[in-house]
Amino acid sequence: MAALVIAEHDNASLKPSTLNTITAAAQCGGDVTVLVAGSNCDAAARAAAQVAGVAKVLVADAAQLGDQLAENVAAQVVAVASAYSHILAPATASGKNIAPRVAALLDVAQISEITSVESPDTFTRPIYAGNAIATVQSADAVKVITVRGTAFDAAAASGGSASVEKIDAVADSGMSTFVGREIAKSDRPELTAAKVVVSGGRGMGSAENFHLLEPLADRLGAAMGASRAAVDAGYAPNDWQVGQTGKIVAPQLYVAIGISGAIQHLAGMKDSKVIVAINKDEEAPIFGVADYGLVADLFQAVPELVEKLG
Amino acid sequence: MKILVPVKRVVDYNVKVRVKSDQTGVDIANVKMSMNPFDEIAVEEAVRLREKGVATEIIAVSCGTAACQETLRTAMAIGADRAILVETGVELQPLAVAKLLKALIDKEQPQLVILGKQAIDDDANQTGQMLAALAGLPQATFASKIEVADGKAAVTREVDGGLETVSVTLPAVVTTDLRLNEPRYVTLPNIMKAKKKQLDNYKPADLGVDPAPRLKTLKVSEPAGRKAGVKVADVAALVDKLKNEAKVI
Repeated sequence: MAALVIAEHDNASLKPSTLNTITAAAQCGGDVTVLVAGSNCDAAARAAAQVAGVAKVLVADAAQLGDQLAENVAAQVVAVASAYSHILAPATASGKNIAPRVAALLDVAQISEITSVESPDTFTRPIYAGNAIATVQSADAVKVITVRGTAFDAAAASGGSASVEKIDAVADSGMSTFVGREIAKSDRPELTAAKVVVSGGRGMGSAENFHLLEPLADRLGAAMGASRAAVDAGYAPNDWQVGQTGKIVAPQLYVAIGISGAIQHLAGMKDSKVIVAINKDEEAPIFGVADYGLVADLFQAVPELVEKLG
Repeated sequence: MKILVPVKRVVDYNVKVRVKSDQTGVDIANVKMSMNPFDEIAVEEAVRLREKGVATEIIAVSCGTAACQETLRTAMAIGADRAILVETGVELQPLAVAKLLKALIDKEQPQLVILGKQAIDDDANQTGQMLAALAGLPQATFASKIEVADGKAAVTREVDGGLETVSVTLPAVVTTDLRLNEPRYVTLPNIMKAKKKQLDNYKPADLGVDPAPRLKTLKVSEPAGRKAGVKVADVAALVDKLKNEAKVI
């Protein structure tokens, strides 16, 4: 048995989700190989070689791989797939884009967002917004898997010394072209990796009012999140969305402000260690999962909280 | 230009499902069923493209039991021109659905396939990507904007940290994200009209597809519960709890 991890990276460094995926890959048994498909991605490949538990790094370096187009990256994975019993990618926007394409090309099922490896062919994964956990077994020769990062510890980023092997890059598919990217610049931690998350819901009332959460996030060193209702209403950007169809987070502290606690939101944050909810509606379902609930007007409570935290 | 819109019948998003006590699955007897919300966004987008004069015909497709006809009628009430039901009682997994849809692409030759990024029952997020792979087409997943011109679609995608835009050559597969549009309410006259629209029926065998599931579900269990904590009286009490009890700040 051998596992291949499709690295998520920006050519210069590995994304943290890759480290959690490596841990899951190691639990599948056998050696772990990491594929870094990119353009001028030597630095990312070197970083992958230093991760504890990685036996080998494959590097495919070509312009057509630089922007992680699914058509090209999936073809690159398929080109090396025959040597592996497991192929894993992080369950992020990038991994979810690529992995199912790989699975279909190999004519195998994909097992999405696994939260545990029970045995090399059996895994658990949440369904129905996390209201049920399915244990599934795959009889396919190759298991193509996406990994929920919050369910696996990150592998140590240093301490490894894997060999690095250059492989031939696949040709450009010619079907798809990368046009551009608008990535919001932020000094805050990445949402899915943050130790503290401060999220706002529809109760924030407007996009302007969301700024009220910034001093609190600053004080706590937190990433900022939002409920689907707040994203729907245009109060917050989509990539802040925490929930079934957004990001899954499990920080040490999750502060839900003006969030009622719809099922699909709880699916994204209920594995947080400590949950705080501030909501003026004492019947709000969020209080059913919160360790500490404060029934209060958020427009008074949030500034007061910032002040009291000092 | 023809657009194919696959839609899935799922447990309504407002329903909190219960795990069966014998752990064989979730209890969906007598619960409200609806069109998967992301597929509804896909139908709406297709209708808007037709209203803009980009598309000429919209075909809604659903795979599953006869009850999926209801979902197809809803798609036609939103504005799809006709519908296809691939009828089977077999448990359908994403790879099988992608194979069925691939066979329909061969038959109907659409220029665009638009479908939801994820169904809210199995939360797989696979079908669109798998279909693109099997049909040898480009894919643009998690779309928040679609512009069709000159045989290409420029699609803005929701990615971690922001947005990215790709240009895909048609025919192509696009999966929808939340912010692509807000689906219209279906009106009674349109529901009546939808009843008269054409609905064709196929069996997987007609399409030469074996839909047998590849993954075996060994059991379905309740997630680890989380107990409600305490209500605190004021902000000072909250800060005290966080500092001295939870010790997280």
